Amino acid sequence: MTSRDAILAAVRANQPTPAPSLPEIPVFEKMSGSLLEQFREALLRMGGKFVDPPNGENPDRFIRSLFPEAQVICSASSEVIGTRALNSGCEPADLADVDVGIVRAAFGVAETGSIWLSEQDLRVNALAYLAQHLVALLDPGDIVGNLHHVYRDPRFKTARYAVLVTGPSATADIEGVLIHGAQGVRSLTVLPVSRPADNRASV
Amino acid sequence: MRRIDHAEAASQFIAAKAHQEFHDRRLWDLRLKRDREAHGIPEWEELRALASQIKEHTLARLSDYLEEFESRVKENGAHVHWARDATEHNQIVYDILSTRGAKTLVKSKSMLTEECDMRPFLERRGIEVIETDLGERIQQLDDEPPSHIVVPAVHKLRGDVSDVFARTIGAQPGNDDIHYLAETQRQTTRPYFLRAQAGMTGANFAVAETGSFVVCTNEGNADLSANVPKLHIASIGIEKMIPRIEHLGVFIRLLSRSALGSPITQYTSHFRAPREGGELHIVLVDNGRSERLGMRDFWHSLKCIRCGACMNTCPVYRRSGGLSYGATYSGPIGVIIDPTFNIRKYSNLPFASTLNGSCTNVCPVKIDIHEQIYKWRQIIAERNQLPFVKKEMMRIAGKVLADPKLYRAAVSAAGLAIEHLPRFAIYNWLNPWGRQREIPEAPQQTFRGWYLEHRGRP
Repeated sequence: MTSRDAILAAVRANQPTPAPSLPEIPVFEKMSGSLLEQFREALLRMGGKFVDPPNGENPDRFIRSLFPEAQVICSASSEVIGTRALNSGCEPADLADVDVGIVRAAFGVAETGSIWLSEQDLRVNALAYLAQHLVALLDPGDIVGNLHHVYRDPRFKTARYAVLVTGPSATADIEGVLIHGAQGVRSLTVLPVSRPADNRASV
Repeated sequence: MRRIDHAEAASQFIAAKAHQEFHDRRLWDLRLKRDREAHGIPEWEELRALASQIKEHTLARLSDYLEEFESRVKENGAHVHWARDATEHNQIVYDILSTRGAKTLVKSKSMLTEECDMRPFLERRGIEVIETDLGERIQQLDDEPPSHIVVPAVHKLRGDVSDVFARTIGAQPGNDDIHYLAETQRQTTRPYFLRAQAGMTGANFAVAETGSFVVCTNEGNADLSANVPKLHIASIGIEKMIPRIEHLGVFIRLLSRSALGSPITQYTSHFRAPREGGELHIVLVDNGRSERLGMRDFWHSLKCIRCGACMNTCPVYRRSGGLSYGATYSGPIGVIIDPTFNIRKYSNLPFASTLNGSCTNVCPVKIDIHEQIYKWRQIIAERNQLPFVKKEMMRIAGKVLADPKLYRAAVSAAGLAIEHLPRFAIYNWLNPWGRQREIPEAPQQTFRGWYLEHRGRP
């Protein structure tokens, strides 16, 4: 008997009966007020930054002004040029010297201050982790209430990789002292920037 | 096999006063943060009930869900392997690595690979294994197992970490600045991410509907491990299964709030299929789980989502440290899981509890932890696994408690004894309760004496 068959047979013989039914999951939506404001508060709590670019400011120039020291700015979004083109074929390790990575978030979550990214948004997944800093563009219209909404999104069934990013990389493993930039990005900055008109996706 | 002496190990932990006090305070702080988060969500209790129901349903139909998961994983272009036990798991991982010429493996924290003792297995065969979670890395470099399932080095203070890093990864001796220590680990780990041929993660949840699995970290080290090297191996215990993506809403809302008192981990990562040009292998591990599923009183422990809330709230755990349990899983959840691996070796652990029930009250999936602890005590007593002193005392106590006359005599005598006996007669090896605490002062009058005086004859 293969290990697979042995394990399944043992599980089948031992699993308790009868099986209780599977409950329906409510959405528990009690959100009132502005989703954007709740998103902002939750993000700040998790150590993220929320910066509103001045009206009419070009995001590319604005991001450069946020990171004046940055040598390598690499964008997965066509809305920002940066200093180096990101092609999908590049090796993840090639991104080791990126100072600032830029991505357009598919959507945000008001409850937790998270942004949702897939390999479609990142093009090279490692961009969100090897870069020293990550900047995400988020359309204020692309914010959902809580995590129950998130997990009804059909994109979980098609994305190879999907991540809820909530603030920068963090650790409190030594004496509970909070450190940002444990292994991944040292900072996460979310810019509320509407999607270009030709690129609006419904959530 | 030698029986783990929890009380003896705990006494060493308690002797290091600064460590013990910090440990107690830090974990209690996590418990308070958890409370604040839980109270901030009106539907908290409903979420716990839902989580429990989903888990019970899934475990009762686990074979179906495992098969569904396997089919989806294959459709997604990933590979599934099945391991009956720790050795088979380790061998599978080694074979995947060696056939691809992988020499360096970066990995995120996984209690399952700890349970399987995988690191030494791979290292003996020439594979370099790098733990990338800060706490887990500290423990690896110090050649110690994790002492807590969420915060592996919580029993260490900054000076300890400074010593370990100075000895092993070239940190400045004597520099115990926490930012410096964390930065040193970041700088010394990054080259491994860039050159490792393989990355490994565990999983917090596996979703049957999509064949995907979820990994929650705060450091993003699982995402680095999985997204930089071409090869990703994930070890997953068979009890991690949940039916549908929609159910993650319940579990993700509960997990980090229960564990660390934050609304979500910084990274909640969902892996469904290999990257373009990459390879994804999933190892499904039994290692005693299918057997536990058949234990009428104990299968509920398989609902565990490894948040550690029961450990943070447990007065015994907070004051004895995770390493004193001498097992992969410590604290209340460890106490009910460990004896299923080896009842003789871990027969002392169910006694490392006050049965106050706090663990059960904070458990996000409603495991009846303290009731299981009590049941294990009964089984261990029946199977004659109690040490002699405990057995004799229990036998005598049983006789006394069963006989009203004897009980009354004993109560009056005990009051007198505490007042009048010399210290050595009370605080000795026959009375472990007297070791780290003073026996309370006996009241002047017994309850029965008071009752007879005020309410007449019963």
